[in-house]
Amino acid sequence: MTNHWIDIRNSDCILIMGSNPAENHPVSFKWVTEAMKRGGKLLSVDPRFTRTSSKADFYTALRSGTDIAFLGGMIKYILDNHKYFKEYVAEYTNAAFLVTDSYDFKDGLFSGYDPDKKEYDKSQWAFSKDANGVSKRDRTLQDPRCVFQLIKKHYSRYDLETVSSITGTPREDLQKVYKMYSATGRQGKAGTIMYAMGWTQHTVGVQNIRTMAIIQLLLGNMGVAGGGVNALRGESNVQGSTDHCILYHIWPGYLKTPNASLQTLAAYNEKFTPKTNDPLSANWWGNYPKYSVSLLKSFFGSKATKANDFGYDWLPKLEDGKTYSWLDLFDAMYRGQFTGFFSWGQNPAASGANANKTRVGLAKLDWMVNVNIFDNETGSFWKGPGMDPKKIRTEVFMLPCATSVEKEGSITNSGRWMQWRYKAANPPAQAWPDGQILMKLGEELQYLYKEKEKEVYPDPIVNLKWDYATHGEFDSHKMAKEINGYFLRDISVKGKHFKKGDLVPSFAYLQADGSTSSANWLYCNSYTNKGNMAARRKKEKSGIGLNLGWAWCWPVNRRIIYNRASVDKYGKPWDKEHPVIAWDPNAKGGKGGWVGDVPDGGWPPMLNADGTPNPKTKYPFIMKPEGHAHVFGPGRADGPFSEHYEPIECPVNKNPFSNQLVSPVAVIYSTNMDIYKSCDPKYPFVGSTYRVCEHWQTGVMTRWQPWLLEAEPQLFVEMSKELGKLKGINNGDKVVVESARGKVEAVAVVTIRLRPFQVQGSTVHQVGLPYHYGWVYPKDGGDSANLLTPSAGDPNTRIPETKAFMVNVKKG
Amino acid sequence: MSGKAFFIDTTVCTACRGCQIACKQWNQLPATKTQNWGSMQNPRDLSFDTYKVVRFEEHMAPNGKPVWYFFPDQCRHCVEPPCKETADDEAPGGIIIDSQSGAVLYTDKLKKMKAETVIEACPFNIPRAQEGAGYLSKCTMCVDRVHNGLLPACVKTCPTGAMNFGDRNKMVALSKKRLDEVNSRFPKATLTGLEDLRVFYLLASEPKDYYIYAKADALQSGMNRKMALKKIGRSLKDLSTEWGSISKLAS
Repeated sequence: MTNHWIDIRNSDCILIMGSNPAENHPVSFKWVTEAMKRGGKLLSVDPRFTRTSSKADFYTALRSGTDIAFLGGMIKYILDNHKYFKEYVAEYTNAAFLVTDSYDFKDGLFSGYDPDKKEYDKSQWAFSKDANGVSKRDRTLQDPRCVFQLIKKHYSRYDLETVSSITGTPREDLQKVYKMYSATGRQGKAGTIMYAMGWTQHTVGVQNIRTMAIIQLLLGNMGVAGGGVNALRGESNVQGSTDHCILYHIWPGYLKTPNASLQTLAAYNEKFTPKTNDPLSANWWGNYPKYSVSLLKSFFGSKATKANDFGYDWLPKLEDGKTYSWLDLFDAMYRGQFTGFFSWGQNPAASGANANKTRVGLAKLDWMVNVNIFDNETGSFWKGPGMDPKKIRTEVFMLPCATSVEKEGSITNSGRWMQWRYKAANPPAQAWPDGQILMKLGEELQYLYKEKEKEVYPDPIVNLKWDYATHGEFDSHKMAKEINGYFLRDISVKGKHFKKGDLVPSFAYLQADGSTSSANWLYCNSYTNKGNMAARRKKEKSGIGLNLGWAWCWPVNRRIIYNRASVDKYGKPWDKEHPVIAWDPNAKGGKGGWVGDVPDGGWPPMLNADGTPNPKTKYPFIMKPEGHAHVFGPGRADGPFSEHYEPIECPVNKNPFSNQLVSPVAVIYSTNMDIYKSCDPKYPFVGSTYRVCEHWQTGVMTRWQPWLLEAEPQLFVEMSKELGKLKGINNGDKVVVESARGKVEAVAVVTIRLRPFQVQGSTVHQVGLPYHYGWVYPKDGGDSANLLTPSAGDPNTRIPETKAFMVNVKKG
Repeated sequence: MSGKAFFIDTTVCTACRGCQIACKQWNQLPATKTQNWGSMQNPRDLSFDTYKVVRFEEHMAPNGKPVWYFFPDQCRHCVEPPCKETADDEAPGGIIIDSQSGAVLYTDKLKKMKAETVIEACPFNIPRAQEGAGYLSKCTMCVDRVHNGLLPACVKTCPTGAMNFGDRNKMVALSKKRLDEVNSRFPKATLTGLEDLRVFYLLASEPKDYYIYAKADALQSGMNRKMALKKIGRSLKDLSTEWGSISKLAS
């Protein structure tokens, strides 16, 4: 979230699309409800009328997988009807930037497409530069090559009729949503988006969110209270685990994982440190080497020296052009390309797309370690449906671990708040906290590598600084301090003197010369000489809900990121009622300073009080090399603007926007278990998966909880009355849902909350199932809905497309 | 009127069922074996082991859009409970009213009478008998918590402010305030229970759209002969008591 949970209450219009927070983030509805009590409007757009929809001022449905068409129509509406916030768009976004002539878009393809490699050459989507190497701009937004004119042209095709014909949403409903939401383009008004896996889990997942980001920028909704682009994370600490690099392509703090071709630290830093020739751009990522070197110092301590590139050689590198994400790992496992696997706090045999492929893949392993609090479909895969235990050689080790209330440490919520939690009880029997298991595993590896000198390449392991235990127990405070970072010798930075062993007060003090460490620069400032900031518990008494004294928020306790876009060029808040920050000329003894939230950099506003430009200022979007938010986003794998493409499995054979039916760069796989069927009469209905309030993820933590199981005992499939009639299925009947990859038994919930869609003149039915169940327990609960979903992915993130695929339903 | 009351604002209820689960947790009630029966509502009904259930009702509105009503069902803790009247006759001390909160509580003395009599007396179809044993159970207002200054478990857990609890007069005021606030959005919105109950519901539509027993009045047409007679009998009894007091005063 660019904003945070409490801030939702400041919104004038909340769009809930691609998520179902009343069911999956129930506490968030405290703030949605509060916003509504203050006069805010709630819009719910979902293929299915949910518990969230039941509370909305206005609800409408769209066919799964057509969000870009829906939102592209909103962009056209905003531009056609002049609903955009012109000053914000012209000054704070790259709408004014001129794009080179090499950028083009024709019949569903952006320029630079290589059909053999199925890849774009992104260098063709560049900005024109002047003699000083600074992007050319036309702040009047009139130049035909400026982003604003290009976006107008691009989305001009998304007219109501075409959008309605492909989404299945009635025209008048589209107009109503567009009108209500775009009313937040007025100065002082804010609209927010609450989205989750309903947007991300598509082959166009990233572009779904990009489309909304464009809308938010056009309406001036970024950086302001009650605005932002807000991803509702699916687990309490998904934000934290992402920040600390659970994904293969990043190191902690969103540093990049090096490629094999980057042979030296210098080459690595050079590649990932952006440059700018614009003196008014802060270009914060220009500090990259300070963060990468401090991370290496944290990994290897005194063993990391300037002479050995701070241990850069010891870290694994990605093969150039190769990907290692979830779908790739299980594809490689299925192909027998590796033999050992730690399944830690997860349940891939039920949670991953195309679960049958995953289950067969597990049988090809020599060993698997399953770290969890309960047995699950992954650890017991060898005795699951269709498996013959006698033929499976995989040795499975179950390591029981502590639950979240049985250990001390921090979690980082969706709003980026790092909150310290205390231990409430001891874990049962031999269960250990995850940190302890990791600690002991590392110690044993170091011991083994030291003992057996002939082991291949022991350096990364034996040189690892591995000192986070106290009296043999994992110490979460030591780890939290390591994450923050230390001064490693006595030095002076920015006129302040620090002693060796001092905790670094903030990332502005990190160094690229090995004198500081930080296991995650983004968390530098979270545990300082002043104490554990995440443990602070001071509630705000008045104000807009920032709660600066409660817990800690990255970066540097800033609660609303991009907040320097919440003020005009003089530093005055656009929204007087909900000021996030404001420039006070009398602050700091008359030197002037920002009040309110921690500002996105302390530089003064762009204009002085007399209207003259202030040369000391910086543009508000400091993480972008050019300092402007990206309406035109040339960094994505599938285009600088979004474009509607159908899901890999879809019910139509014609895309009304182009001859490109599916994303030209979508990720698909090629084993005999990767089967995709579009417009196949055997699988005529759109399927989607989701969660309910009463269960969590694959249900490993909730299916064993009798009260929750009592409330949602079994796999069900929701369908319309019309589809029920068509298939002779009554409410409560046992049915079979089948895709090209697998089938499940489920109870039919035949309801008015789903309706057939009119798509290109034909009736399209959609069904949906929760993915909380599995064969281990309860025995009559049904199996995983992911037996149905395809292993197809987004080209940027490689997230699986589990929210739109094709199925059949028949009476069981 | 003193004592406590619940105010249940269904206009902000999201049917997360935190209340239903918290009730089971605080009262340490076992889960019942359920099946999905084509609805999210589960358990399907109240039972001896289920004091609180969120009822789900879906309708098609005239504008062609669905509406989905959620009704957290529980004992209304009537100020003059009809169930208590039956027990006072047949099993004295079987049903008592907590003087501090006004909670209507069932005791094991209730075993002396037929469970059906108590069940039939309830205009809201709340009490449930234990199979075989004859004990009756229902919501206790978490009177053990309330006596210790805590909110009832269902209220404590509610994330949206649908479940409220406090001094009865304060809940009356809160109910009326919320009715005023939601009236423009829900012209048919109505409050139930303000006169004679300790549980007030704010409903976005007519009570019958939520649940047949959402409001006692909704029951009138469906009242069977036996219940009607009982009601007349009760009125006569009230009358005779009244006469008794009057003649006492006169003498």
